[in-house]
Amino acid sequence: MNSNRNDVAHEFLAFKLGQEEYGVDILSVQEIRGYDTVTRVPEAPDYIKGVINLRGVIVPVVDLRLKFKLGTATYDEFTVMIVLNLKGKVIGAVVDGVSDVVQVDGEQIRPTPEFGGIIDTRFISGIATVGERMLILLDIESLILSADITGTAPAIA
Amino acid sequence: MSNDLRRFHATFFEESREGLEAMETGLLDLESGRGTADTINMVFRAAHSIKGGSATFGFTKVAELTHVLETLLDELRSDKRPLTSDAMDAMLASVDVLRGLLKAAEAGVPPADDGAALVAQLNAVLSGKTTIAFAAAPAAARPKAPERFVIAFAPKASMFMSGNDPLRILRELAELGTMTVECDLAGLPAFADLDPTQSFLKWTLTLPGTVSEAAIRDAFSWVEDECDLSINGDGGAAAPAPEPVAAVPMPPAATPVAAVPGGGGASEDASIRVQASKVDLLINLVGELVITQAMLKAVGGSVEGAVAERLLAGLETLERNTRDLQEAVISVRMLPVDAVFKRFPRLVRDLAGRLGKQVNLKTFGESTELDKGLIEKISDPMVHLVRNAIDHGLETTEDRIRAGKDPIGTITLAASHQGGNILIEVSDDGKGLNRERILAKAREKGIAVGDNPTDAEVWNLIFAPGFSTAAAVTDLSGRGVGMDVVRRNIQSLGGETVLQSTTGKGTKVTIKLPLTLAILDGMTVGVGEEVYVLPLGHIIESMKPSAENVRTVSGEGRVLKVRGEYLPMVHLGSHFGMGGQERPPITVIVEGDGQKLALEVDELIGQQQVVVKSLETNYRRIDGISGATILGDGRVALILDVPGLIRGRHVVKAA
Repeated sequence: MNSNRNDVAHEFLAFKLGQEEYGVDILSVQEIRGYDTVTRVPEAPDYIKGVINLRGVIVPVVDLRLKFKLGTATYDEFTVMIVLNLKGKVIGAVVDGVSDVVQVDGEQIRPTPEFGGIIDTRFISGIATVGERMLILLDIESLILSADITGTAPAIA
Repeated sequence: MSNDLRRFHATFFEESREGLEAMETGLLDLESGRGTADTINMVFRAAHSIKGGSATFGFTKVAELTHVLETLLDELRSDKRPLTSDAMDAMLASVDVLRGLLKAAEAGVPPADDGAALVAQLNAVLSGKTTIAFAAAPAAARPKAPERFVIAFAPKASMFMSGNDPLRILRELAELGTMTVECDLAGLPAFADLDPTQSFLKWTLTLPGTVSEAAIRDAFSWVEDECDLSINGDGGAAAPAPEPVAAVPMPPAATPVAAVPGGGGASEDASIRVQASKVDLLINLVGELVITQAMLKAVGGSVEGAVAERLLAGLETLERNTRDLQEAVISVRMLPVDAVFKRFPRLVRDLAGRLGKQVNLKTFGESTELDKGLIEKISDPMVHLVRNAIDHGLETTEDRIRAGKDPIGTITLAASHQGGNILIEVSDDGKGLNRERILAKAREKGIAVGDNPTDAEVWNLIFAPGFSTAAAVTDLSGRGVGMDVVRRNIQSLGGETVLQSTTGKGTKVTIKLPLTLAILDGMTVGVGEEVYVLPLGHIIESMKPSAENVRTVSGEGRVLKVRGEYLPMVHLGSHFGMGGQERPPITVIVEGDGQKLALEVDELIGQQQVVVKSLETNYRRIDGISGATILGDGRVALILDVPGLIRGRHVVKAA
């Protein structure tokens, strides 16, 4: 997901978090499903809603709206979960809604601007401009492998 | 060409590893005098097939080493030389080097030790064959033994009447050594006249001289009165062998039976080699089936009308069948714990030798079965415990004599079943733990200790990280990474370690493990909106405590008085931040690592067998939770880690 892969066109799944449109590499999307009740887990930050049973596999569910502090985390019939699969790790990501699949050429992707210390850009790999739309591209790998999701338990102070 | 052979490599390596293990066991048996003539044959055969395989596949180093080893074994086998300790050391060392060579060959890397030094050592042993030892006892006794025994065996016609069967005797004899059999059919009547209840055959049997005459006579001990029997030594320096008395078989009628190879090859179980991953897949699928069955059962309960009864009956059968199927599938993964135990004779021998102690290893319950996954992981902690026992536990021979004990120390390994658990004990009859020294060491390390600690609490200290009581650091143990690693490893398998020690009498470490990691008998409990699974093995009882038995202790939280014992109470809902009733009505008393805890829950839902799923596959470890499962309604329930909860409390208390 580096911004220097300029020559290859990629397909991204576009979804909404609050007012913003985000995109994830379509190849890391396993499926899209409705939001089920989750089993809460102890010691978890608020954006980890819990775990669900996905055909016999225990999968953690992350509410990206809470993770990125965007919009209000309401759960209704439009709330959907994108199941992401990367290197064998599977997580569910709750978003406000999925719009479409967008083809993005390499040259349409700009590196993430510096926001100073205000915004956590760790999980953003770049910004794509497609026509009138602006997609914030998520770096799935660093999101899934971040310490508070699938990594080792954070040290308890 | 080499590509064609490559697909056989895996089999060759696997068989060679088994062969090496058999060789090691056999050699140790020989050394301890438990070996028979057949043991050395078995070792020889194992070496021979490794040699053959390695030469075929072009592993020349392996082939060279086994060739020399085989030469030595052959001389031992044919009694051309006695078994000296030099030879034994060289042969055991070659087992190790072969293991290394095979491993390197398997990984496709150059081996750390190419075995050249050992080939030289073995050659040295071989060339030294004209030493005085040659004339030693076994060799001196040998000339009297005949080269072979010729046995003429003619059962009387009535032999079957007494319930004896000549065939069984022949089989028994075949196990003593390589036997040639000739059968005399002369007495056989025409088919029409044949009486199947009578015996008409006669045999002439030839057995090698290495077999003891007493063993042969033993085989016939039940039928002596019912046959004409003669056993004659032949070809040795003994009295000239008389001609066999019984009928010599007539050539046309003789039916030579193929030589039966020595060893109990006939009694081998029929088995197939299956990849472990296939078995795992099977277990997973059965796990899914169990969940589906539980789901159907939940739905079935709410069906009404005429079909309901038939449906329920069908569901019950389904439940029984799935449970049977699950048990059968899980038993496929079960291996006798002997697979681990058989590593130890060698380890104990080497360690005892290096430390100059005399150690006797006893094992019990080798046939106890354990999940294959557990077997693989239990090995390292056990090696550690046995090392500790020999290094720190057992005294030196002089100290033992001074203490009035048997100069030979004993290490005991025992395995047994207890409920749904398996217990593995590693014990020694050494000096036991030193309470004062442990306490002093704990203070020095800054580990918090109560004022009047019980023995159990003191012994628990040695499981603290970085704790080691060894005064001197040896190259075997005492580097400070010890019992805490053992306990952590066992815990990661869902097990517990308990240590008992009596000064002067010895130390016993008991490892308690679940039978399998795949399923668990659990009690489901409700806390707030969540459902948790408590492993049944940890539950002692559940009760509705009356208010007067609950006391508040300052700084310690609340305690529950149960039959005179005060147990710390944990409000599960608030412990996990899940809410739940403020004063839950039910208390479940659980035990882990030898300590008890009273868990407050909102309700008891029921008892069921659950399929354990890992949380760590896609998420991470959570303290106090050992895994997750899927309930009948498809929801996920977390499984409580009782020992973890108990330990967690101590961390909070100590902080």
